[in-house]
Amino acid sequence: MIAHAIFFYIFSIIAVISAIMVTVSKNTVHSVFFLILDFISISCLFIMIGAEFLGMIMLIVYVGAVAVLFLFVVMMLNVAQQKNQWFISKESSGHIPVGLIISVIIFFELIIVIGGWKYKPELFNPSNLLITNDVSNTHSLGQILYTDYIHVFQISGMVLLVAMIGAIVLTFRQREGVKKQSYLKQISRERTEGVEVLEVASNKGVKIDD
Amino acid sequence: MIEIGLGHYLTLGAVIFSIGVIGIFLNRKNIIVILMSIELILLAVNINLVSFSIYLGDLSGQVFTLFILTVAAAEAAIGLAIIVVYFRNSGTIRVEEIDKLKG
Repeated sequence: MIAHAIFFYIFSIIAVISAIMVTVSKNTVHSVFFLILDFISISCLFIMIGAEFLGMIMLIVYVGAVAVLFLFVVMMLNVAQQKNQWFISKESSGHIPVGLIISVIIFFELIIVIGGWKYKPELFNPSNLLITNDVSNTHSLGQILYTDYIHVFQISGMVLLVAMIGAIVLTFRQREGVKKQSYLKQISRERTEGVEVLEVASNKGVKIDD
Repeated sequence: MIEIGLGHYLTLGAVIFSIGVIGIFLNRKNIIVILMSIELILLAVNINLVSFSIYLGDLSGQVFTLFILTVAAAEAAIGLAIIVVYFRNSGTIRVEEIDKLKG
């Protein structure tokens, strides 16, 4: 139990500090690195409390795909050198107290909700999807994911498909002045537009107008 | 303090959620950091769902976390594509200079 507490505090302190560093770091690339650190420590927490599958999926999806996508975009747009100017520009520093107040209010509301749940635990109404210790976490998750939640699973696949098509459509552009091979144009050429048969008079030659 | 319960995990989720909200409000740099703050908020929601699922012995929370992961990945892809298109059109993604809508 003491090991659980020690590891919880280590991972959660790393997670909170790196979350703060994501928001205050001057360099955007550093923000992405701290985001990766945050995801890794949270997935360690997930693995520690017994949700191994989600911890591993979190590593694969977030660290392997989303964070690398962020890194690509940050490096492609060359915004890493834009310095942080929170308190320099006058008109924007008015947002800071409002944002802080709203965030603190949200935090205390969440804490109040957590405390209220602790004092009234009978509000919880468990469904029939109880965790059993007979099979592993991945096994039991797969058993309900492909039976009870199969429609939601399919719809999430459609969400990913739409996101992929949307990203491609948004960033696709037709460049000017780039020579491309067009198969349709090549195949649908007619003989008349390629070759012309001329009657050539002797000693006159042919004038080709172009 | 030593006995780690559900409340500890929920408090961690609340802290990360609030940091994400602070990041959205206070950011003056570029929109990419705002997207990262949104990812932090989704991460906090995931922490809440997983810890409820483990401590209450109900597996459906983890299933919903899986779907939240899906939506977060889709959202990051679309958001970054929009940012790339905006940068191509206007040359900047600084939050202060994005004022075409006069908001």
